Amino acid sequence: MLYKDLLQETYLAIVANKARSALTILGIVIGIGSVIAMVSIGQGAKQSITDRIEESGANLLTVSPGQQRSFGPISSGQGSAETLTMEDVESIKTITDVEEVSPESSSRYQITASGNNTNASIYGVYPEYEVVKEVTLNSGMFIASSQVSSSAKVAVLGATLSEDLFGEEVDPVGQSVKINGITFKVIGLLSETGSGMNSTDDAALIPLTVLQRYLSGSETLSSISVKVADQDAMDQVQQNITDALLINHDIASEDDADFSVRSSMEMVEMASSISSTLTMLLGSIAAISLIVGGIGIMNMMLTSVTERTREIGLRKAIGAKSSDINKQFLAESIMLTFIGGIVGIIGGWLASYLITKFSGTATSVTYYSVALAFGVSVVIGVVFGYYPARRASRLNPIDALRYE
Amino acid sequence: MIELKKIYKKYQVGDAESQILKNINLKIEEGEFTAIMGPSGSGKTTMMNILGMLDTPTSGQYIFNGKNISSLSGDELAEIRLKNIGFIFQSFNLLKRSTVMRNVIMPFIYAEKPNGNAEREKKAAMALKKVGLGQEKLWDHLSNQLSGGQMQRVAIARALINNPDVLLADEPTGNLDSKSGYEIMNLFIDLNKQGHTVVMITHSEEIAQLAHRVIQIKDGEIIKDYRN
Repeated sequence: MLYKDLLQETYLAIVANKARSALTILGIVIGIGSVIAMVSIGQGAKQSITDRIEESGANLLTVSPGQQRSFGPISSGQGSAETLTMEDVESIKTITDVEEVSPESSSRYQITASGNNTNASIYGVYPEYEVVKEVTLNSGMFIASSQVSSSAKVAVLGATLSEDLFGEEVDPVGQSVKINGITFKVIGLLSETGSGMNSTDDAALIPLTVLQRYLSGSETLSSISVKVADQDAMDQVQQNITDALLINHDIASEDDADFSVRSSMEMVEMASSISSTLTMLLGSIAAISLIVGGIGIMNMMLTSVTERTREIGLRKAIGAKSSDINKQFLAESIMLTFIGGIVGIIGGWLASYLITKFSGTATSVTYYSVALAFGVSVVIGVVFGYYPARRASRLNPIDALRYE
Repeated sequence: MIELKKIYKKYQVGDAESQILKNINLKIEEGEFTAIMGPSGSGKTTMMNILGMLDTPTSGQYIFNGKNISSLSGDELAEIRLKNIGFIFQSFNLLKRSTVMRNVIMPFIYAEKPNGNAEREKKAAMALKKVGLGQEKLWDHLSNQLSGGQMQRVAIARALINNPDVLLADEPTGNLDSKSGYEIMNLFIDLNKQGHTVVMITHSEEIAQLAHRVIQIKDGEIIKDYRN
């Protein structure tokens, strides 16, 4: 049987039952489409998290208080202990290959302006924060060294926070806000960073000295961010920081350390392992609908074989080989899934575009997931078409011709 | 051309064994017009199926064009059916939702040649003219829009398309009114005169009289074999 004839016969068979073919294809479209859309959500989450962390610097080390336990989001106690001090910051500054050190302390406080009232993260920072975290300003300027040393009551607002307090597209620079009842002058507005780890959209930055003196009343730090000059020296610097802080804290063994030092790469790994699990979960839920679509194909093909029993008998009587009949039915199911696959890919792509547009959730359709979905749809055509096709090809022409 | 030697056919139904054909010996020469007659259940359809290689005998030899086909595989038999045998059925067995033209060129799909559409349609047109369906506007009609007599003509054109050695017709006039039955019969006579070998099952004595040779079967045995 020539491919051109096979194609034409397949086309005629599918067109002969337009409604049934369309519904069967729809099953595959939904399956493939949801796999692509779901995986794109997972991939998008992964992408945006790793982008954010990488953006904030691949050569960034973060020192956090609390015991270093296993990786993972649930290691308790981390960040709550009060063990990091400015003394540690000074020790870290002396280590070779350390470029910038940014001590931070944060807490949530009530913030008000022009009658609006909200609860926000307040970060106490040094000017190094701007360089180390690579934040950019939309307007105004960042906190200066002199403002830290003089404990000036100035604040730099995150984009969302500014919107909440002053309204959309209003430049807050020059205005004043009250944090916990204390008046601060707004000197800068940060660019939008989007949701994710280390987002400053919903935060206000003030000099660390001000936070310590007027708000928290505590000298301890909630983290120290260290920018390393040379990425190759990361491991060495990480070790040196650990050693220096162990001496500062008078601790003999690394296992008993009351702080942890992590590189941004480790954070990326952690985050991507979480989002891989998410991708897998979403993908496998969608895969179930793909299997259901495949069963729809099989159901339609079996009905079709039964309906066309006489036709199969006739074709065989006229001289069609069993393999010809087998090919015809297999081609039909592959064609159905092929069409469903293509439409499903377009639909899934469109769905993930709409999800991003209307919900703001980041999505990412990778070529890998498209290729996989397409491959799977053709495999489904073969797998679920195999049994009906074999049944058709094995029909005995005499019985088939007599079938009513 | 066709030779059956000591053909037996048994069917096993549960424990019971039924003997459908017993010791059939038959020789059909090229150019003959043979009518096979017999009551229902006499085994004439089984014999036709064996002649048409849709069924295989339990024992005995079937020699087709000098070749013993008993040992051939299913695909090899399909190949012979495709090239050397034209089937015509009582119920026409056309593809209802396909056009007349597509029904007639269907065997070419499996023969793989000719493969050009123009050549296929040219050959089909010749076959359609041969069976009296020369009106080109009919060729694009769906086959279920035709009358019974026209449908059987399309089926005969399809059987002729690969220029087979023998036409096997199983009660081709059984589903037709007497007038179109008579016309179809005349068509077979014409085709036979043009050199086609015809083997036909019929119930009608009248129709059988138009054939060269009549074979009567009863209880799986040939009881009469005479020439008109």
